[in-house]
Amino acid sequence: MNQLKNFTNGFFRENPILVLVLGTCPTLATSSSVLNGLGMGIATTFVLIGSNTVIALLSGIIPDKVRIPAFVVIIASFVTIVDLVMQAYTPSLYETLGIFIPLIVVNCIVLGRAEAFASKNSVLSSFIDGAGMGLGFTMALGILGAFREVVGSGAILGHKFIKGDGILVFILAPGAFWALGYLIALVNRLKKS
Amino acid sequence: MEYILIIITAVFINNVVLAQTIGICPFLGVSNKINNALGMAGAVTFVIVLATIVTYLIQIYVLNKLGLAFMQTITFILVIAALVQIVEIILKKISRPLYQALGIYLPLITTNCAVLGVAILVIKKNYNLLEGVVYGFSTALGFGLALIILAGIREQLELADIPDGMKGVPVSLVIAGILSLAFMGFTGIVK
Repeated sequence: MNQLKNFTNGFFRENPILVLVLGTCPTLATSSSVLNGLGMGIATTFVLIGSNTVIALLSGIIPDKVRIPAFVVIIASFVTIVDLVMQAYTPSLYETLGIFIPLIVVNCIVLGRAEAFASKNSVLSSFIDGAGMGLGFTMALGILGAFREVVGSGAILGHKFIKGDGILVFILAPGAFWALGYLIALVNRLKKS
Repeated sequence: MEYILIIITAVFINNVVLAQTIGICPFLGVSNKINNALGMAGAVTFVIVLATIVTYLIQIYVLNKLGLAFMQTITFILVIAALVQIVEIILKKISRPLYQALGIYLPLITTNCAVLGVAILVIKKNYNLLEGVVYGFSTALGFGLALIILAGIREQLELADIPDGMKGVPVSLVIAGILSLAFMGFTGIVK
């Protein structure tokens, strides 16, 4: 029961993007369509689960003073794995996400969970926390991606349902800022009621 | 001419924050006052230029020589973290006022994706060292420009009556979107 709560925490109460507003760079850059958003989300989820688990396993061994550099090395290793795997198996997605795959290292969500959760909790809870946070991140990216794809290119999952172009600005950077801004405002409103 | 092109592209056309959406965390975090924005912009410029030089040399003379290019991400982030620490210690020793002005922003910079982003992009774009430094410096200028503009607007915004749900981050994002739209007007200056 407790683990279930731990898992759903990342979706609603502490959703990394919509409530904590962490990891905004990849959110804005990669949510131009559902598939890009989900791809980025899944890559980040893998890194989160991996780093959370390993850091929880090593929590007694890493000296307190050098814990941040140690966490960063562990996270960077998982990011390198994701980078190489995506380069090999999903080359087109790798091309689209580009610089934002290595930049998962500096995604505040990953280091934030390592510091705030994994270093203090058991391996199983850290694994579940990583999965919950990662999927919450993926969900937010998916919602944002769906909105931007529908409005911006008049398509969903790559299937066009209108003739011609959508409102192009929503695929570009300005639309990313607006969509995220209003989505967070909506969540704030829902939180109140 | 080539260098002027790099500068204009990095500052206006491909602005790191408003066009590439890199470095949003500090962009939203320290844009509440112009003074803070100036401090952050100074610290970021300093670290980006230094980090670009060091990571470039490491990539060319260590990683490429030893065939370890896949270690790029791990190496770069460690170099940047170490560099930020060193800069902090040196500043503390040699220049008190500068340390007090930039000090609190320095630890934040390690997790600023603009620093790592520039370091990786310089390698990806096959720049030479001088081009890399110019690119890094002008990217930092672009970051500072966006940060200071947003800070100026947010200072005025304190007087405005904003709906509760929109306060803070959401309204900053909407303004950033409008700024980003304005910066899109620069597209096409350079063919």
